[in-house]
Amino acid sequence: MTQAPLLRQITDYANRADPYPLYAELRKTPVLQEEDGGPFVISTYWDIQSLLHDPRISSDASNLTAQRDELTEQEEETALPPSFLRLDPPEHDRLRRMTNRPFGPPHSPRRVHDMRGELAGIVSGLIAGFGDTDRIDVVDQFSYPFPVTVICRLLGVPREDEARFHSWADTIAAGLDPVPGDDPTERNRVTHEARMQLGMYLAGLVEERRKTPGDDMLSELATSHGPDGPMTTMEVLSTAALLLIAGHETTVNLITNGMLTLLRHPEVLQRLRDDPRLAVNIVEELLRYEPPVQLVPQRTCIADIEVRGVTIPKGSSIWLVLAAGNRDPERFKDPERFDPDRQDIQHLGFGSGIHSCFGAPLARLEAQLALTELARRLDNPRLVEDPPPYRQNAVLRGPRHLNITFDGLRPQ
Amino acid sequence: MAADAFLTWLRREGRIVIVGASLAGLRAAETLRDEGFEGSLTMIGDEPYEPYDRPPLSKSVLLGKASPAHTELPRRRPVDAKWRLGVAATGLDMAAKRVLLADGDEVEYDRLLIATGVRARPWPRQAEAELDGVFVLRTRDDAAGLQRRLMASPRRVFVIGAGFTGSEIASACRARDLPVTVAERADAPLVGALGGVVGAVAAELHRENGVDLRTGVMVTGLEGDSVGRVRAAHLSDGSTVETDVVVVSLGATRNTEWLAGSGLGAGPRGIACDAGCRAFDFRGIVTDDVFVAGDVARSPHPLFGYQFLSLEHWGNAVTQAEVAAHNMISSSTDRRPHMWVPAFWSSQFGVNIKSVGVPSMGEEILITQGSLAERRFTGAYGYQGRVIGAVTFDNSRWLQFYQGLIETAAPFPPAFLTVDRRPEGRQPVPADFPDPSLPTHGPTVTLSGYSPADRRLVFKPAHP
Repeated sequence: MTQAPLLRQITDYANRADPYPLYAELRKTPVLQEEDGGPFVISTYWDIQSLLHDPRISSDASNLTAQRDELTEQEEETALPPSFLRLDPPEHDRLRRMTNRPFGPPHSPRRVHDMRGELAGIVSGLIAGFGDTDRIDVVDQFSYPFPVTVICRLLGVPREDEARFHSWADTIAAGLDPVPGDDPTERNRVTHEARMQLGMYLAGLVEERRKTPGDDMLSELATSHGPDGPMTTMEVLSTAALLLIAGHETTVNLITNGMLTLLRHPEVLQRLRDDPRLAVNIVEELLRYEPPVQLVPQRTCIADIEVRGVTIPKGSSIWLVLAAGNRDPERFKDPERFDPDRQDIQHLGFGSGIHSCFGAPLARLEAQLALTELARRLDNPRLVEDPPPYRQNAVLRGPRHLNITFDGLRPQ
Repeated sequence: MAADAFLTWLRREGRIVIVGASLAGLRAAETLRDEGFEGSLTMIGDEPYEPYDRPPLSKSVLLGKASPAHTELPRRRPVDAKWRLGVAATGLDMAAKRVLLADGDEVEYDRLLIATGVRARPWPRQAEAELDGVFVLRTRDDAAGLQRRLMASPRRVFVIGAGFTGSEIASACRARDLPVTVAERADAPLVGALGGVVGAVAAELHRENGVDLRTGVMVTGLEGDSVGRVRAAHLSDGSTVETDVVVVSLGATRNTEWLAGSGLGAGPRGIACDAGCRAFDFRGIVTDDVFVAGDVARSPHPLFGYQFLSLEHWGNAVTQAEVAAHNMISSSTDRRPHMWVPAFWSSQFGVNIKSVGVPSMGEEILITQGSLAERRFTGAYGYQGRVIGAVTFDNSRWLQFYQGLIETAAPFPPAFLTVDRRPEGRQPVPADFPDPSLPTHGPTVTLSGYSPADRRLVFKPAHP
């Protein structure tokens, strides 16, 4: 019997709960192409790090979709344009820069910091909502609603509409999941449809914000006139869609993976309860140990490049397996160990280079507050099942449910 | 005493003296303690202050966003040193292993680290340099004085020299809405460090931000009023600029005069040392117990043809100090070379400028990404068919890649396509550095050897 290709094992749902032994296997062939025409898979820390800074690597969706059939191309013409995540400079730089104006330094240095009180309030509210019970699903009752509420507030999207955009967001996120053998044409069609629906929904909101701007990012994106001029409506829509989905689909996994890891390391959970300052380092270590974005499958090279003596020909698809790089023993001492005291911790959890995670400061703060507060309030929490059931997605990896029991809530 | 017995003794109870209590000195002291040195440590500094950070002095301090009194360098660990601050070292007796101090004291050492750095090159005519309102900018006191003067809303600030520091000062003045004139003898700002192609972009930056930039001119004199305050600067083109603050920004002079006659290989271009930071004596023989680090050191670098490089770079001071400290207390086989790739950054007129390698060695430049006109670009410098340096304007996230090209001596011009390549990036053009035999201010990298203009060298064997 021949072993299934490594890549297929990684995307195989059966291995979702613990892909790390497969990643270790991957690292034995740092530049791996298993099938002709298949992606070149990069799995060691230094290689990933350097490719993330390599200007011969493109994120441009049009470079990636060059081989799509005509039907898809026709669809593309009417679709939401790609967000800056899927663009190269100079367009990427311009859009990211404009998006950053209302979000971070230098123009809005206090935006994330000033949300701290509000975030803490949302966390307390969600914990209060557990009610008089000794059993919850951390995902449905906490780590999903928390970032959704936050991104809605930040963007100025009504929280009540969550039911409407949730399924579009889910579909778009599922479109990122590279499932070999799946019919790509049908998947593209479904993803495309969801993006269009989400775009139309956001267009309505942008229209309203233009008339009556508020103190939210959507209003600022729709009305600001910085040195780069205004964003076009389509650019506002694709940017807003990106932020909404990224705000949805990543932090939920960071928090859930975090809680799962802490429950597997009760001594660390106890230390966090005793000293909330440990949260900063715990979250960094989590981003290394269980990163919410496991791999980046959307890069292609626009020139022949050589990695470790292997020439990757121009036009090849490249997968960067961040989660494998994060446990590379060439880079990290004792990498398979979750070590909240680790100091040397420059992980790839947020990527690196020009596409490094835009929302990182917010995600860090959300995860720190969430885990600290869960550790503090839950009395003697235990896992109901280990491993918990996982989401299908191999890229945005995390538990679908995390059922836990506890002896009660400690007073606020 | 056998070598390893000596080392064991040195680490436990030896005496190490560090001359120079700034960035390199402090990091060396911390590294010595980190690596287990338990003996006595003496830090000698001519300024009365504990080690402080200089980059903010020409940036946030002049903008009024930071106080010059609060740029102390963060301490990584206690160094348990005897501090001799506010007293300059005036001499070195290598045979007796003693550092002589300005107050007449002498300090004995078993190992010496020299990290005396550089000082601002003063205005050459002393009477004019002493006029009230004439500044240089290197020390905390310089910055405090200049900041006070800028707060007092002068009518105009006049900056002599448009290197990095001069440009940063002009930028700070414009941010404070102060009228500023910059005089530069070259045809553009930053040409000494980055060449004329990039200098032209810097010139646009100055002018668009309202700087009165005068290029291709020299300052022929500073004029004071009857009570000794500066009131005007005269230029070689016959013009006069009325001003009440003058900042002389003509680069730096290495602090090596105190070593004259010591027998160490020290001169105006720094103190020559090997790749392991051991100083050479004047006969070209490496010493055993004298080490150098930071701006004052000049060491050979294999990536740059083993030229002796002297770098006025923050990061270089840190890594060189760490290497020197490690080597001071290690046996010869455990010593490490200092192989840092030069890297430099500046911030002016809202633009983040970074460079790696040694652009000033470059013959040609290729704009590999972005565009000069947008002032957001990456330029790669070529020297004899290989990549020798790179610069970015607001594009620094790619720099690491170019550093890799420099480290691997990649061919120039690079044969491959990069994202954000524009039409102007198809062909390399001459990088347009000024004639190296002409003195220019502050290129921040001093290349090897004697200046081609230098005719003072006389070969006189000591023992014929």
